[in-house]
Amino acid sequence: MMSQDAKIRLDGVEKIYPGTKEPAVESLSLDVPQGEILVLVGPSGCGKSTTLRLINRMIEPTGGKIYLDGEDVTTVNPDHLRRRIGYVIQQIGLFPHQTIAQNIATVPKMLKWDKARIHQQVTELLEMVGLDAETYGGRYPKELSGGQAQRVGVARALGADPDIMLMDEPFGAIDPITRDRLQNEFLRVQEEIHKTIVFVTHDIDEAIKMGDRIAILGEKSRIRQIDTPERILAFPVDEFVADFIGSGSTLKGLHFEKVDSLELDPYPTMRLSDPKEVGYRGLLADPRHDWLLLLDDERRPIRWVNEQDLEQDGDITQESGTDVAAKVQTGATLFDTLEQMLISSAGVCVVVREDGSLHGVVEMTHLNQVIRRARREAREHYERLGAAS
Amino acid sequence: MSQTAQTDERLEDEGVAVEGEPPDYGNLPEDSWFVKARRNHLALKLAPLGILALAALLFWYYQSLGLDPSKNIQQASALDWSTKLYPQLKQHLWIAFWSTVLVVVIAIPLGIALTRPPLRRYGPAIVTVANSGQALPAYGLLILFLALMGQGARTVIIGLVVYALLPVLRNTMVGLDAVDRGVIEAGRGMGMTKMQVLGRIELPLAVPVIIAGVRVAMILNIGMATLAYLIGGGALGVTIASGLKLQQDPVIIVGAAMVALVALTFDWVGALAETYLKPRGL
Repeated sequence: MMSQDAKIRLDGVEKIYPGTKEPAVESLSLDVPQGEILVLVGPSGCGKSTTLRLINRMIEPTGGKIYLDGEDVTTVNPDHLRRRIGYVIQQIGLFPHQTIAQNIATVPKMLKWDKARIHQQVTELLEMVGLDAETYGGRYPKELSGGQAQRVGVARALGADPDIMLMDEPFGAIDPITRDRLQNEFLRVQEEIHKTIVFVTHDIDEAIKMGDRIAILGEKSRIRQIDTPERILAFPVDEFVADFIGSGSTLKGLHFEKVDSLELDPYPTMRLSDPKEVGYRGLLADPRHDWLLLLDDERRPIRWVNEQDLEQDGDITQESGTDVAAKVQTGATLFDTLEQMLISSAGVCVVVREDGSLHGVVEMTHLNQVIRRARREAREHYERLGAAS
Repeated sequence: MSQTAQTDERLEDEGVAVEGEPPDYGNLPEDSWFVKARRNHLALKLAPLGILALAALLFWYYQSLGLDPSKNIQQASALDWSTKLYPQLKQHLWIAFWSTVLVVVIAIPLGIALTRPPLRRYGPAIVTVANSGQALPAYGLLILFLALMGQGARTVIIGLVVYALLPVLRNTMVGLDAVDRGVIEAGRGMGMTKMQVLGRIELPLAVPVIIAGVRVAMILNIGMATLAYLIGGGALGVTIASGLKLQQDPVIIVGAAMVALVALTFDWVGALAETYLKPRGL
């Protein structure tokens, strides 16, 4: 795991507060590669915030080394170190007596950028977080809603374009709907800016959503498991991790699989223009299925049709059978697919391509296979790790 | 207005409910005269008119006394403008000014020091000492300093500094402590030095509370300077005291009214400072 090109590297970092014997953070080693969002998650009081604050030395470590880009920063001037690291906290902490633009310009000003460059940077950052620079630049923090203030908080942390961002429960104090939107926006921004981010939260769902990797921390910030969210959900290494991710981990894991990754079996279909015999033959040839999918001439699914519908007098029309209610596009996650399957009467979900033509039909057994495969792969991965060490 | 409308549209375009615009403060109807008056600092603008009216009243009263040494030598000499009232007024202002300046120069840095981590634990003890300065009767305090330092305006000023230290010290400490920890944390986290956080964030945010303390100290000092005559410090207290001694009501009235006018005027100046030195955005 320890590679030389890690952007952030903690090597045996330790914090013992004066007057206590037990360390608050015990010999923590961690690598964060360039461009990754690493989420530190754990129960309250496990020391995850302390760990984050050790990285920019808001709390001075009492042991171990911190490297940024391979450079030992354990003893450099902490103020200068922090100007290289973006820092977002739950309380946001916008300076109430300064305008939004002045707030965002804080670090560039300290770094003595010239005025024109600062102005341009502020404008770009405000646009990046989705606020109109002209409208909001001159406002004061009290004139913003909570969500807007947190966007400004993120913009301010990005002020001098640091490579590294530390985020301490940044969306913790925001209502769930706004939080969800801010998370999505932040992930979109991150796709453009590729910062190396350490993100602290106590919310496992936020961790799963935001993290490229998740470190689940136990007491004294001991790493209980560190891996991609998929693997952690598929294979929690011990009871502590399993308890922490809680029930529904299988369901949450479905967020990470796309419906296109499934190998779908052929499903009986017939076109609107086909004679009824095609339908009978299709159903006879496939004894597992009682229904067939009626397609239009562009192979777009229109109705579910069964044997009784075929036996009725007259031709098969757009009104035959029942409506195709459960439908997702390729690219949807298996979670969305499962949701559609649960509301459909047939318990299956139709997958269509972007142009609306049929891609396949997902059945419960497919999901089952995916889940079992993910678990097997994760287990094998850890068995290999175990064998290697 | 059009800008706001534009932004709202933009947010709605993203399929997003417009995030709450800044909340409405209170349920007072927007047009009530009370709200308008407060917003325009009406009281602050009308106060000088009131003070001027009182000054005019006093002037009229002074004229109506018809001071003439041949008729009432006691009144005429006690209330003579160029030899008594004017020098006393100057002395009064001088005492109040320097004692206030010294209070500010001592109490604000002390308050800052006592809210920094290394000295923080001494804060309560020092506040208790400063408290005792105010708990002592002012009269006793001045006599105490008379015994220590002899007569004169200098002694008065030092006595007043001790007396008026507390409000400024306490308000400085309270104002600095009331600054949101998240704001300080954010400042430090962005790499501001401790001095930068103090100078650019903590002090500007504490200014309203500190100025309120200075205003209290200033008014205390103007009032207390009236007692300066007790230890040979002069000031307007001399006129009041001689009025009492000579049993001349007009002398007492003129002396007391002048002290009141000075106090009102400077309180108004303090209120102006509180209103206009408050950082924007608060």
